[in-house]
Amino acid sequence: MNASDQKRLLREMIFYRRFEERSFEAYMERKIGGFLHLYSGQEAVATGVLEMARCGHDYVITGYRDHIHAIKAGAPPREVMAELYGKETGSSRGRGGSMHIFDPTVNFMGGYALVGQPFPLAAGLALACKHKGTDQIAICFLGDGANNQGTFHETMNMASVWKLPVLFVCENNLYAIGTRIDRSTAVTDQYKRVAAYDIPSSQHDGQDIDVVMAAATNAIAHVRGGKGPYFIEFMTYRQRGHSMSDSNAYRSKEEERLWLERDPLKIYGERLKKAKILTDKDIAAMEKSVLEEIENDIIRFAEESPEPRVEDLNKYCLDDKPDPRWIGPLTQGEQHG
Amino acid sequence: MAEIAYWEAIRRAHDEELAHDHMVIAMGEDIGVAGGTYKATSGLYQKYGAARIIDTPISENSYTGIGIGASMAGVRPIIEIMSINFALLALDTLINAAAKIRYMSGGRASCPIVMRTPGGTAHQLAAQHSARLARMFMSTPGLRVVTPRGPLDAYGMLKSAVRCNDPVIIIEHESMYNMRGEVPDEETFRPLEGAEVVRGGTDITLIGYNYSVHLCLAAADKLAAMGVSAEVLDLRALRPIDRDSIRRSVEKTHKVVIAEEDEATVGVGSEIISVIIEECFFALDAQPVRVHAADVPVPYNRQMEKAAIPNADDVLAAALKVLGRV
Ligand SMILES: Cc1ncc(C[n+]2csc(CCOP(=O)(O)OP(=O)(O)O)c2C)c(N)n1
Ligand SMILES: [Mg+2]
Repeated sequence: MNASDQKRLLREMIFYRRFEERSFEAYMERKIGGFLHLYSGQEAVATGVLEMARCGHDYVITGYRDHIHAIKAGAPPREVMAELYGKETGSSRGRGGSMHIFDPTVNFMGGYALVGQPFPLAAGLALACKHKGTDQIAICFLGDGANNQGTFHETMNMASVWKLPVLFVCENNLYAIGTRIDRSTAVTDQYKRVAAYDIPSSQHDGQDIDVVMAAATNAIAHVRGGKGPYFIEFMTYRQRGHSMSDSNAYRSKEEERLWLERDPLKIYGERLKKAKILTDKDIAAMEKSVLEEIENDIIRFAEESPEPRVEDLNKYCLDDKPDPRWIGPLTQGEQHG
Repeated sequence: MAEIAYWEAIRRAHDEELAHDHMVIAMGEDIGVAGGTYKATSGLYQKYGAARIIDTPISENSYTGIGIGASMAGVRPIIEIMSINFALLALDTLINAAAKIRYMSGGRASCPIVMRTPGGTAHQLAAQHSARLARMFMSTPGLRVVTPRGPLDAYGMLKSAVRCNDPVIIIEHESMYNMRGEVPDEETFRPLEGAEVVRGGTDITLIGYNYSVHLCLAAADKLAAMGVSAEVLDLRALRPIDRDSIRRSVEKTHKVVIAEEDEATVGVGSEIISVIIEECFFALDAQPVRVHAADVPVPYNRQMEKAAIPNADDVLAAALKVLGRV
């Protein structure tokens, strides 16, 4: 990877952090409602994995902590922010909100609120890739807690039997809301759990983007090479509460401090400085340009965009232009036999 | 008599039932160490320990199944499902097992579980967190389904549900946990069957359940200001439905509005209207009107969410229509 790519990656991660922190502020100003799950602290995982994937070509799917996955997959950040604002210009036209960002134009197939639901959906996307004979793969990002759903086991089995081109990325941040992994999960090393389905797997540091990229490269090569699914686990940590109302009372200050020291932005920034690719001044300039972009472009777009029209409440419930050949109604002749 | 919040009422019922019977346990996600999403089990983990206040993994179908199995062997689990939307994952064990075990065993086995879960639309939680689904549970034989509208029923119905030998679904509401109301200091049980006239009236009956009772009460206030005496009937139980109370009220007022937060199709309102037609069709002076949610998944946008869900003015407008005053 050359220096300009490395600089770009650091800027991206800084951007993701600021994007999330700015949406936190907008939530406090009540511009954003509902639940808001932030990705701060876990940036290296989605950034590193998707850097090695072919975004726009491969399918990506995840849970409700989805803003950054959507953006790295190719969704325009201003549309993601507009969605958080509930605007008509948002990724889901204001209908979905934070937990349901979609951008099928770049094959980002959504954020889902139901824990574990994306497992089979991801395998289905992979089945479609295989069926169509393309070299696309499906990438599914989910948390550690999701692996306790039945869908995890059922999907792993089928993905393995059918050799589906799907990469399961487990972001193990040690907690499912307030429940620490060892209190809910018999085998805390998640990568071990898919051995039962004969799926190859591995566990890596999720805070160091270089480690993430190296691991993802191998995993993606396996999946794209037609060898079936791969399960990759990254150890990571969310810096904020589960959602907005969570104070993290269940975590020790010491644990938080240790993980904060391993902040993915800090780790990568230090490395680029050591390699003389960037100086402190460069990073400060980067921070400044990110903040300006977010304020002047993204937030402004979200603020100035129109709300959806209440008259359109029924829009998108079903196809608004169905072919009458399939829908009816019966002609008069048919009605009377 | 003290005024307490809905969540405190649920907490008190848990506490009393756990103290009363060692076989009572509570299960659910984040209910123990974290104290529960709605604080309904706060402090109980410290008091009763991890063996009775059980933090479960995110495995709704199977921990509900474990609760059902335990109940067949004498344990009395109170299962919290964080949101009724997630209860859909537990439908296999709940509907295919709990609801049928007594029947298919010829009455030789039973499942005295309680499942508590909030339905309802609130706080812009969007499509996958906003379903009401009461109509789905109320159509399942073998279950009891109750909908406490305030702290007294939340407390007393939970206590009765724990003692009752049938599977009981208690549908709470995202917007009611902080609602306050009086609950007697002495131990009280509230029946799991029977509708309640929460406000007497003579000109029109407004029927609600769960949160929609409050919409009916607000509409009744406005109607009173217009000189109309509205009766408000809280169904309290959706299964079984109290047909007599519905008939008695309709025979008195001859006019009905049914307010449901759920969608109308194959819903609570359709059932109530069928009951009215079967019980007292000729008592009606006007066509009944249903007030209900729009027939769409709930949108995220605040204005659209509001538009999708009925409010007190919608109940008022429906009442005026039935009264022929529009
Ligand atoms: C089926 C279902 N059950 C429960 C919930 C409530 N819930 C939302 S997120 C969550 C924890 C998930 O933890 P994990 O998979 O580790 O992801 P993380 O939030 O840590 O990224 C729970 C229990 C839900 N959304 N869906
Ligand atoms: Mg987690």
